[in-house]
Amino acid sequence: MKLLLKGGRVIDPTQQIDEITDILIVDGRIAALGRELDKQAESGTAARVIDATSKIVVPGLVDIHVHLREPGFEYKETIASGSEAAAAGGFTSIACMPNSKPINDNRSVTEYILRKAALCGLVRVYPIAAVSKGSDGSVLAEYGDLWEAGAVAFSDDGKAVTNSALMLGAMEYAASYGLPVISHCEDTNLSAGTVINEGLASAETGLGGGPSIAEDIMVARDILIAEYTGQAVHIAHVSTAGSVRLIREAKSRGVRVTAETAPHYFTLTDDAVRGFDSNARVNPPLRSPGDVTAIKEGLRDGTIDAIATDHAPHGITDKEVEFEAAASGISGLETSLGLSLRLVDDGTLTLSQLIDCMTGKPSRILNLPGGTLKVGAAADLTVIDLNLPWTVDPANFRSKGRNTPFRGWDLRGKAIMTILGGEIKWAENS
Amino acid sequence: MALKRKDILDMKDLSVEEINLILDTADSFIEVSTREIKKVPTLRGKTIINLFVEASTRTRTSFEIAGKRLSADTINISGSSSSIIKGETLIDTARNLEAMNPDVIVLRHSAAGTPHMLARLVKPSVINAGDGAHEHPTQALLDLMTIKSKKGRIAGLKIAIVGDIAHSRVARSNIYGMTRMGAEVHVAGPATMLPRELAKMGVAVHQQLAPAIKDADIIMMLRIQLERQEKNLFPSLREYASYFGLNAKNIKLAREDVLVMHPGPTNRGVEISPEIADGPRSIILDQVTNGVAVRMALLYLLTGGPDETLT
Repeated sequence: MKLLLKGGRVIDPTQQIDEITDILIVDGRIAALGRELDKQAESGTAARVIDATSKIVVPGLVDIHVHLREPGFEYKETIASGSEAAAAGGFTSIACMPNSKPINDNRSVTEYILRKAALCGLVRVYPIAAVSKGSDGSVLAEYGDLWEAGAVAFSDDGKAVTNSALMLGAMEYAASYGLPVISHCEDTNLSAGTVINEGLASAETGLGGGPSIAEDIMVARDILIAEYTGQAVHIAHVSTAGSVRLIREAKSRGVRVTAETAPHYFTLTDDAVRGFDSNARVNPPLRSPGDVTAIKEGLRDGTIDAIATDHAPHGITDKEVEFEAAASGISGLETSLGLSLRLVDDGTLTLSQLIDCMTGKPSRILNLPGGTLKVGAAADLTVIDLNLPWTVDPANFRSKGRNTPFRGWDLRGKAIMTILGGEIKWAENS
Repeated sequence: MALKRKDILDMKDLSVEEINLILDTADSFIEVSTREIKKVPTLRGKTIINLFVEASTRTRTSFEIAGKRLSADTINISGSSSSIIKGETLIDTARNLEAMNPDVIVLRHSAAGTPHMLARLVKPSVINAGDGAHEHPTQALLDLMTIKSKKGRIAGLKIAIVGDIAHSRVARSNIYGMTRMGAEVHVAGPATMLPRELAKMGVAVHQQLAPAIKDADIIMMLRIQLERQEKNLFPSLREYASYFGLNAKNIKLAREDVLVMHPGPTNRGVEISPEIADGPRSIILDQVTNGVAVRMALLYLLTGGPDETLT
């Protein structure tokens, strides 16, 4: 089984490659990169040739923060529909959060997710297991058993670990299996009863506004715990200028902290909630223009390592209700690349830096094998047409979650082919 | 003459021209309520549903009387008697009501933005009768009408709004309405009850009572709710009353002809002392009377008045 991608602009930040070249894939692995691969491609069984002229070829995109909702909330998303959405969005590896029902706090749920994902076979799915049993913030889950079953990190995402002693224990205990803890940073006393950011939008709408320091305070705490224990913590969905400042300072001192943000945090402000569109309800909430600027600066200077979607699909019944009763979250897998490419257009990142934020860097945070085109690596690749204009229409989403505040947005640039282990899993218009 | 809009959702969106049209129309309806037979046939055949998911006596009664004095058929649905408590969503309730072809749905709801959601999804006109801590536009309109009738103008007046601004839909709607009509609006309250970035709404913000009411033409006191104590917004009603309550002593800071308003229900002895609430400076009951006229005006303007083809 051979595949030859010809004439594309290949960008692989893990090898500092950004040039027009060909890629030969043999038996699901990257066999060679170079200009003179035709002979190699034709020897033995001839390779199928894909013309990538004027396209970008990158390592398969990696999203380390998605919610697949299965088991338990199959009406919102299934592992199959989420995998399809990921492939359509250009992703070949995704890590899913444990807040299913039952919660992924034990080996059988982890194994169930892996089995369903393998049956579907569209993307690599890496389960993140719960920090605490039932994610209720009291007792550590069985990390050894979960690690052996295939968990790649621990998080009580959606719920903050408010007990500092539990967080300290989690970081230390997870480290013995070489796994990081991912923290959803929220001081729940400060955010209680709030549904949007505290600012002019909350003053005008009367919707409960939560202070940005609800996030900052917990980021500061987790940095202190990581520093004290010498272990790794990854900060999920960074949304505030304060968090960026704290993480930047901690990194400069060598603290083992990494961070991600989501496209909505560098694209929208709390202005988006003024019409009471519950699709703009998300946690952490959309923040101020100053926060958006700081998030972009954090991406630019490397304080924020990765872009992750926090893909949070919901059913219509979860969203078509009173704003304050609506579920939080945005269905993000299929808009992530298009929105993130705007960072290249506005000069925040170079294309290579952006690709690094969506491939190599997130892979390293969770020690995943993907995110590279090195010879010998699994042939996970995404082909991108940077100039393809398209309009966000949730009706065309592969995800069951149609909840997006980006309906009707005109974007430029899209994944047009997703290759996993040398097999084409998704192609535009196929 | 009719309003060129389907719904009345908030003061934020109403222009000066629209506000003047509503107030002028309300003026002309005042007289109806003073007749011996308090009824005109203007809205005969129109159906108005008062959907009050959050409890209310004053506003619901005011809307019901307004509709009845215009000969509309008014139906009241309250939270406890509707299917909303049986687990039906607000949207389903609204679509079922819509299927019975009402002309206007008046909605009172404890969640901000619900009238906007309803207005997007159903055909009849929607009037916001108070949504969470967001807005209460008909209250602001009746307040503007009361001020205008007593003072002859709104522009140039110094108006103080005092109390829990953060949780007050009355304050929000009045801030929009009064500033738009040219008043100089001052707000005062404990720092914990003043929203961040409030000053960007075009008002002067004070953390003490005195500078807000000094030389004021109008003082509007807001109801303080005891449950805010649990959220550490203030320590006790006693302390609140002594620092933010309006009484015979501190009212002397205001102009001699100051008028005192309150959207009700009042906590006598807390935010307002009884001698002020019942005294000569109080126009609290005028507000209630004007409320009926303002709501008659809105129902009339939204439904386009009588259908001439049938008469």
